[in-house]
Amino acid sequence: MKKYIDTGKKDTRSGFGAGLTELGKTNANVVALCADLIGSLKMDEFKKNHPERFFQVGIAEANMMGLAAGMTIGGKIPFTGTFANFSTGRVYDQIRQSIAYSHKNVKICASHAGLTLGEDGATHQILEDIGLMKMLPGMTVINTCDYNQTKAATMAIADHHGPVYLRFGRPKVANFTAEDQKFEIGKAVMLNEGTNVTIVATGHLVWEALLAAEALEEQGISAEVINIHTIKPLDAKAILDSVKKTGCIVTAEEHNHLGGLGESVARVLAQQYPTPQEFIATNDTFGESGTPAQLMEKYGLNADAIEAAAKKVIARK
Amino acid sequence: MPNTQQLDDLVVQVRRDILRMVHKVNSGHPGGSLGCTEFFVAMYNEIMELNEGFDMDGIGEDLFFLSNGHISPVFYSVLSRRGYFPVDELNTFRLIDSRLQGHPTTHEGLPGIRVASGSLGQGMSVALGAAQTKKLNGDDKLVYSLHGDGELQEGQNWEAIMYAAGNNVDNLVATIDLNGQQIDGATEDVLPLGDLRAKFEAFGWDVMEIKEGNDLEAVISGMKSAKGRTGKGKPVCVLLHTVMGNGVDFMMHTHAWHGKAPNDEQLEVALSQNPETIGDY
Repeated sequence: MKKYIDTGKKDTRSGFGAGLTELGKTNANVVALCADLIGSLKMDEFKKNHPERFFQVGIAEANMMGLAAGMTIGGKIPFTGTFANFSTGRVYDQIRQSIAYSHKNVKICASHAGLTLGEDGATHQILEDIGLMKMLPGMTVINTCDYNQTKAATMAIADHHGPVYLRFGRPKVANFTAEDQKFEIGKAVMLNEGTNVTIVATGHLVWEALLAAEALEEQGISAEVINIHTIKPLDAKAILDSVKKTGCIVTAEEHNHLGGLGESVARVLAQQYPTPQEFIATNDTFGESGTPAQLMEKYGLNADAIEAAAKKVIARK
Repeated sequence: MPNTQQLDDLVVQVRRDILRMVHKVNSGHPGGSLGCTEFFVAMYNEIMELNEGFDMDGIGEDLFFLSNGHISPVFYSVLSRRGYFPVDELNTFRLIDSRLQGHPTTHEGLPGIRVASGSLGQGMSVALGAAQTKKLNGDDKLVYSLHGDGELQEGQNWEAIMYAAGNNVDNLVATIDLNGQQIDGATEDVLPLGDLRAKFEAFGWDVMEIKEGNDLEAVISGMKSAKGRTGKGKPVCVLLHTVMGNGVDFMMHTHAWHGKAPNDEQLEVALSQNPETIGDY
């Protein structure tokens, strides 16, 4: 198939930084807050261009979430920036009460999600954040797959009224989606049509799913690949339309199988179209130190694992 | 501007509202509510500059944030009697399908409420955010907040207190309700707060005290003075000394009525100490 070309490896967090820079120019209501990680979140440019709209809050994430909630009163659109771990688990109650329950228009932007943060280890990795955020009523949850998509998503969420969790990562990964793409919240993206198995992936695993589909094609297996960048609200129709054709599905995410994309998909299928499903996700575990590639290999989150899961689920039909 | 007698009458009526609200549903927090009655009456009738009606963004008016949301009865009573919503709606406090939730929320769209509160320690951060937006908008009106003293045991407050001074948020007046009580007993016994004036000053705040926090005139004059201290580079902290349960003799000077409603007989005694003034809801 080879429909998608890696135009050069880039980190998704830089896509966020680029999107925020654009927003700085185009939307005067956008303000940015950061908890002592400007470089890591690539917020330097926004800070330089708009010092009056940039707020360094120090290592104080709870205060940052409350500040962001308060800043919406009077019409600002705050974007908070820190690691995914400190954007969610550390400040769950602040997000729950001051942002989600209070319907505040805050964009929680979280870098270094999943295992691919790498060597810092489990204290800084998080594999539970999608679950934490998707359980909050009214919260939109987005996990983008590459630089271009992260940039497009960052700009799109500014136009969406309501709290959003935007999840992205640290490592440089394939950049393969269109530079000028329109990002539609809640709308799955069909990447490759197929007939034997559906693979729905989110975040860094979308590229791995495409690699798996190529390998499967060489073996005569036709895999449909769908990029689910929005985990909540979930594009149930895209998933149902696909499995009605293929009869089986693999979900793939850099997250615990408890609480992630896979469970959201399973709920839709169980209610509307029971279908054999395999899960590419971590198995109720913390991460550890290692290179991103080593970790994805050890925890079964790469193209090889997706390919094996596809064969397994086809056999279950 | 209401005269002093009208405000005194309002204070007594708000006390009656608080007592009747919590009695009706046999739940809620009368102690802290009664202790802050004069403060709320002063703020919403003498101190704050408010627009007509309610708009979430609150552009061009003073804003108020209640951080210790459990004293919702006094907040609801004063808001309704200021015209934010019908006074009759106090009848629905804590009932199913009500806009008057146990702790204040924006979820049901009750006019006058700008953020949910009740999980403690979050209100100062929110008030600071709103104050920062006022500055960005070139809006010279002020942001006021109220916090329980026991609530300062929550660490997020100290993040916010550090931030406020470090960023010269001088359009915020944060008032601490110093009643010395919390659920399990005296703050001194549960977890001593130490010298709060020294702590706020060490963090870079301008601190003032209102020693007679249940004397309406003292509260009005104190809060006017606090207002005069804004705009000078420092956030302003008011240490408001109050008596929990003020106005009902058997509820005063104890933590026992923090979260307990009076029974029928107790209500009768409490109301007899606060005879009807401008009319029950």
